[in-house]
Amino acid sequence: MSEKAFQRIYTKLTAITKATVTLEAQGVANDELALVAGRLAQVVKIKDKSVTLQVFGGTEDIPTNAEVTFFGEPPSLNVSDDLAGRFFNAYGEPIDGGPAVEGEKRQIGGPSVNPYKRRQPSQLIPTGIAGIDLNNTLVSGQKIPFFADPDQPYNQVMSMVALRADVDKIILGGMGLTNDDYLFFKNEFESAGALHKIISFVNTTDQPPVERLLIPDMALTAAEYFAVDKNEKVLVLLTDMTLYADALSIVSNRMDQIPSKDSMPGSLYSDLAKIYEKAVQLPDGGSITIIAVTTLNDGDITHAIPDNTGYITEGQLFLRADPDSGKVIVDPFRSLSRLKQLVQNKKTREDHSAVMNTSVRLYADAANAKTKLENGFDLSDYDLRCLDYAKEYATRLLAIDVNISIEEMLDTAWELFGKYFTKAETGLKEKLIEKYWRGEA
Amino acid sequence: MTTGKVTGIISNLVTVEVNGPVAQNEICFIDLAGVKLMAEVIKVNGDKASVQVYESTRGLTIGCPVEFQGYMLEATLGPGLLSSNFDGLQNNLATMEDVFLKRGEYTKPLDDNKLWDFTPIAKAGDQVIAADWLGEVKEGWLPHKIMVPFAFEGTYTVKKVAEAGQYKINDTIAVLTNADGEDVNVTMTQKWPVKVAVGSYVEKPRPFKVMETGVRTIDTLNPIAEGGTGFIPGPFGCGKTVLQHALAEQADADVIIMAACGERANEVVEIFTEFPELKDKHTGRSLMERTIIICNTSNMPVAAREASVYTAMTLGEYYRAMGMKVLLLADSTSRWAQALREMSNRLEELPGQDGFPVDLSAIISSFYARAGYVKLNNGKSGSITFIGTVSPAGGNLKEPVTESTKKAARCFYGLSQNRADKKRYPAVDPVDSYSKYLEYPEIIEYLDNKIEKGWVDKVTKTKYIIRKGKDAYEQINILGDDGVPMSYHEQYWKSELIDFVILQQDAFDDIDGCSPLDRQKFMLDLILEICDKSFKFNNFEECMTYFKNLINICRQMNYSEYKSEQFEKYLGQLKEELKHE
Repeated sequence: MSEKAFQRIYTKLTAITKATVTLEAQGVANDELALVAGRLAQVVKIKDKSVTLQVFGGTEDIPTNAEVTFFGEPPSLNVSDDLAGRFFNAYGEPIDGGPAVEGEKRQIGGPSVNPYKRRQPSQLIPTGIAGIDLNNTLVSGQKIPFFADPDQPYNQVMSMVALRADVDKIILGGMGLTNDDYLFFKNEFESAGALHKIISFVNTTDQPPVERLLIPDMALTAAEYFAVDKNEKVLVLLTDMTLYADALSIVSNRMDQIPSKDSMPGSLYSDLAKIYEKAVQLPDGGSITIIAVTTLNDGDITHAIPDNTGYITEGQLFLRADPDSGKVIVDPFRSLSRLKQLVQNKKTREDHSAVMNTSVRLYADAANAKTKLENGFDLSDYDLRCLDYAKEYATRLLAIDVNISIEEMLDTAWELFGKYFTKAETGLKEKLIEKYWRGEA
Repeated sequence: MTTGKVTGIISNLVTVEVNGPVAQNEICFIDLAGVKLMAEVIKVNGDKASVQVYESTRGLTIGCPVEFQGYMLEATLGPGLLSSNFDGLQNNLATMEDVFLKRGEYTKPLDDNKLWDFTPIAKAGDQVIAADWLGEVKEGWLPHKIMVPFAFEGTYTVKKVAEAGQYKINDTIAVLTNADGEDVNVTMTQKWPVKVAVGSYVEKPRPFKVMETGVRTIDTLNPIAEGGTGFIPGPFGCGKTVLQHALAEQADADVIIMAACGERANEVVEIFTEFPELKDKHTGRSLMERTIIICNTSNMPVAAREASVYTAMTLGEYYRAMGMKVLLLADSTSRWAQALREMSNRLEELPGQDGFPVDLSAIISSFYARAGYVKLNNGKSGSITFIGTVSPAGGNLKEPVTESTKKAARCFYGLSQNRADKKRYPAVDPVDSYSKYLEYPEIIEYLDNKIEKGWVDKVTKTKYIIRKGKDAYEQINILGDDGVPMSYHEQYWKSELIDFVILQQDAFDDIDGCSPLDRQKFMLDLILEICDKSFKFNNFEECMTYFKNLINICRQMNYSEYKSEQFEKYLGQLKEELKHE
């Protein structure tokens, strides 16, 4: 990002907060970039001559006489095929020691796809994980986050899903990644021999938090280049969106906006939607699928960040440790893929949705039995069978370390039905029972 | 015309210094290097007007010229609205060329060049007032009335009506003479400001008919009246969208208007991909032919989101004035309220609860009040039934949007997280939900005639059994299976029978998905017959096994074609089971 040839240098700041500076300047455009004492900043408010800038790198030790120069344009990214295999920071500058990317300069955070030009997502993304494929099937063009407490292995699961998915490009947007996690991703991608199809935009915990605000738009601008211009299937990984939202609240707080729930800005819903809604199935075959991570505080999904996210995304994958099986599982109650019915029974076997519903319902019965047990009541024979079923179901199907085909998942479920229940107890349609029932008649 | 120039920008709130009079809610265009950005005046202070811009304000600078238009945001009304996909400002999304929405690109809502087959209704010499029918064109199957424009005040005399034939929407099809003897030309299209209710009807009686939806938990338990209002609050993942789509597909209405207000774009894609393929169960025609989509998804500009629900309501009022039965669905009204909040926040107004504007409740109730069943000037009637969804933050119903809506809407379909977790769909809570219409004598009488005498008593009884079952369940949970009398288990399982067979419904099943009223009556009678029996079980496991078996058979019935051989087979099985109690 270069400065203009003849540009005016301002040297008088009238106000400084932890995230913003204000000065008097003329001819400034909304959203345009500037350099404040060598740090990148963006115009967020103009009132007559007074211009307020959000300084991405923070305002520590910026003096009132700092030099300010305006670029005359909003943040942008150079896009071309050369992006593939590269690592960038939040500003789109290489951090892998390679040369700057040549290409067409595109403004980030561009317009939305006309809803009428979208196509209905219909391609299955198999992951081998039954908690996902069986119960919460993913579809290309979908947007879905992992909801997980910070101690869950969400980044590992996400990289696993990404590397197994059949896509042309994987774009990682890392916000507030620890250096260890950054190296983990780098290492995973390298050892999978997949570097050539991966592009990473990374902001680590040792970098200023406000910089993170650029990461999703950078990643999605690159994604749109490959999906729209090149008709490729692109998978975008965004981790951790909770830290992104935290950065939003810092900026809005410094701008004296009235906070809404959980001290988040009132525009949180729209801010998050602008990112997630970039997921799309395009008419010419390209697609953008977004898998994100939203870390929770002790499983609390009513907090403003997961709550708003849940209303925007097409479901969520809820990771938790299951004490009974000792595994990390994809919780079947709290997880949901809203697009699953677009592929289930259509791209998969005819019994898929019925098996899924029944297995989850029986797992719910087991949860009831467990409550009874905890309250010290006697368990019925059915309760006991449910508990045994639940343990095996969690171990063989819900656990994230499972890697089998969807066909095998369905067969395993039928096997468990036959092992623990009668036909009537499953409540399945007779047509399916006749065809797939395993176990006693 | 008043003009002005930009003096301040915060996101999509722009301050404009004006050189003349401006009106509240007046539309203006901001010129950004040749691109015209549409905006609406939302506050005036001295010579400064605050306008909300319906587009991204990126690149806008101080001093950009602004032109005020002298009118409010208007909807264009005329033949060709059906099957269309509009954005919140009624731009036709289908005629935009680019894959991406281009800022400042506005497309016409209607096709100016299409020819319509016109048949006159009024004749020279007739005395007419606003909304009276002058003629008719066939919009697909729908007899689309060409009316005296809503904005016409007083009585007019028809001077001339065009002969039957083919006309374009802007052709003059009638000439009317006003009280002063001046002639005015009327075309097939008119405009109306979306934030003003269309008042062209004689009276708005209390709703007295039930609108059939094919969803048992609504029709049987808490029916919605034709011309009534209802709302569906629920946490995410509880099936709001699926329920709304079921209503849009199955409801017994002539015209369906869906306002996708700040929701997911893929949900809109689902409608316009699937509806053309699906058949309207009442007319046998493609569902899309009766549907209009107003689509302002969550990533589209926030200010236009607010406009979208008003645009949808105005189109509804237009079709209602033709004597049509309109169902208006808005998903979600919370996003609309949030749009109001964002703007009120930027205007630095003193916030009410949770940061929402203090007049939120008034805004919501005056919007719901635009629905209703009306008697038209010509003795015919039309209706708008309105159902909005609410997305309460954190699933907590004690928040301003839910509370305000509860005051305005007459039906409450609360979705329960607990039911959704157990995959008991639709997750409408049978105990908390209500329909005020069941208390209307007009509705009770209607159901007496439509279904059978005393129907509402049956419904009340069903609800009673459900409540008793819930109480019994709580007691069993506290005291244990063996700690309660057998009658508690029986009570509980009777309510489970109602839950599994009547309340739960598989929206994705071709047969179970839509249950006509006669079938609903048959099943309710059957279930109540079982509930009326008293059983003698030796232990609770016997009770559970017995009822699970009954549930299983009844569900197989739900999945079978009504009165088919298969259906009768399961019915026979059920009768057999009931013999040995």
